[in-house]
Amino acid sequence: MNAVVNTPIYLDYLSTTPVDPRVVEAMTRCLSMDGNFGNPASRSHVFGWKAEEAVENARIQLAELINADPREIVWTSGATESDNLAIKGVAHFYQKKGKHIVTSKIEHKAVLDTCRQLEREGYEVTYLEPNTHGVTTPEMVAAALREDTILVSIMHANNEIGTVNDIAAIGEITRAAGVIFHVDAAQSAGKVEIDIDAMKVDLLSMSAHKMYGPKGIGALYVRRKPRIRIEAQVHGGGHERGMRSGTLPTHQIVGMGEAARVAKEGMAEEALRLTALRERFWTGVSGMTEVFINGDAEQRLPGALNVSFAYVEGESLLMSLKDLAISSGSACTSASLEPSYVLRALGLNDEMAHSSLRFSFGRFTTEAEVDYAIEQVERAVNKLRELSPLWDMHQDGIDLSTIEWAAH
Amino acid sequence: MAYSDKVIDHYENPRNVGKMDDSDEDVGTGMVGAPACGDVMRLQIKVNDAGIIEDAKFKTYGCGSAIASSSLLTEWVKGKNLDEAASIKNTEIAQELSLPPVKIHCSVLAEDAIKAAVKNYRDKRD
Repeated sequence: MNAVVNTPIYLDYLSTTPVDPRVVEAMTRCLSMDGNFGNPASRSHVFGWKAEEAVENARIQLAELINADPREIVWTSGATESDNLAIKGVAHFYQKKGKHIVTSKIEHKAVLDTCRQLEREGYEVTYLEPNTHGVTTPEMVAAALREDTILVSIMHANNEIGTVNDIAAIGEITRAAGVIFHVDAAQSAGKVEIDIDAMKVDLLSMSAHKMYGPKGIGALYVRRKPRIRIEAQVHGGGHERGMRSGTLPTHQIVGMGEAARVAKEGMAEEALRLTALRERFWTGVSGMTEVFINGDAEQRLPGALNVSFAYVEGESLLMSLKDLAISSGSACTSASLEPSYVLRALGLNDEMAHSSLRFSFGRFTTEAEVDYAIEQVERAVNKLRELSPLWDMHQDGIDLSTIEWAAH
Repeated sequence: MAYSDKVIDHYENPRNVGKMDDSDEDVGTGMVGAPACGDVMRLQIKVNDAGIIEDAKFKTYGCGSAIASSSLLTEWVKGKNLDEAASIKNTEIAQELSLPPVKIHCSVLAEDAIKAAVKNYRDKRD
């Protein structure tokens, strides 16, 4: 018996999440004349004081999510800005100490493009290649450290494949070496436990909209002990201890705080539920042959799975799955025709990268939706394999890698 | 990406999907593209004694536009003689399917496929 599902089904929670109703409620109280609309920086009247109180309360809520001191939270416009502020901020402040930075090839573009910019400014960047499971190991980081290394920036969870790095083990190495450690936690904050002390993290980027908060707000954790200094990238009124100027958007900040509170409250239970949904999905689709998980099968976010369906192409697969909101590892929809740089860094060949889809489950995903998704995926893959000359050849026992293709 | 109605129609109801016997003297096979590029087309034609293509089959690995281009091509080549079939231009396919600029290469691939199939048939006969 199938429960009724409403289509299209949203299975793209790594891309963004809907705002939790509790968060919406908290935010709407901070907008209008009869609400808490004041400028938190206004010191001369109660409107400002009330707004400041709300902002500081949110700061506590977010700090509690990662076991930080509220004074270590700097509000930004999102994880992209946090990454920029952390990496450029450290690089610029500590440039007399050294100009070498270590990161990985599968970081988010917000980290990679920031590093590219620093290279143009004369810094040197080492881009670590993750192992075939999509994991950047502590050993790789240790081997890349030099006398002049000032910063290591490694993501907690990867946005395309959902794999999770052992941040605590990397933190041991960077702390011992006296190198600043930045972590992009846009995909992990609110989903898996983060303890910045236990993990020995110095800077941590977060985003509200990946954890059922609003878009347009994020935060950077900046360690106080030992004190990490960063050079501001946005100048102005000296808000956020001079690290990030700009009037604080009370409603956005309150939204992120409430989102953090809700996430922390139900994290363990939700992680179990999502892991069960992910397993259910995988059990369903792996009934077909030639289906592979990209990235480590275990060391991953509870609700995320990236799967390659061999012998079918990702974009046409998406076209068959119009009832499902998912994303493709094939970038064929863009002008470049280049498959995902993340999947390539894992050592996937182009055709496996072209045939990959990312499924991410979240707070509002139901078992019935997962079951429906399994049915749809099976139907689409079987249909496209019937259409695929590569599938024919595979069935005939031909090894495709032995064929000389006329590339075009 | 917005697809035209014709692309969607061919994608949803592809015409002439299938495989012919490669070793048959009357069959010409063209296989073009590469998996690494995201599309591979196999087009096969069956030619009668009068030199007319009486049947065509395809299988395509690729995006919706690639599938539609090859499906359309199988419809067009049936009933044509070899020279007519080999002179089908990619621009005609692109126009019929209203392919956007980034998908023009799908129609190019289809043109290559029919040319390759005709050549294969002629090579076999020589």
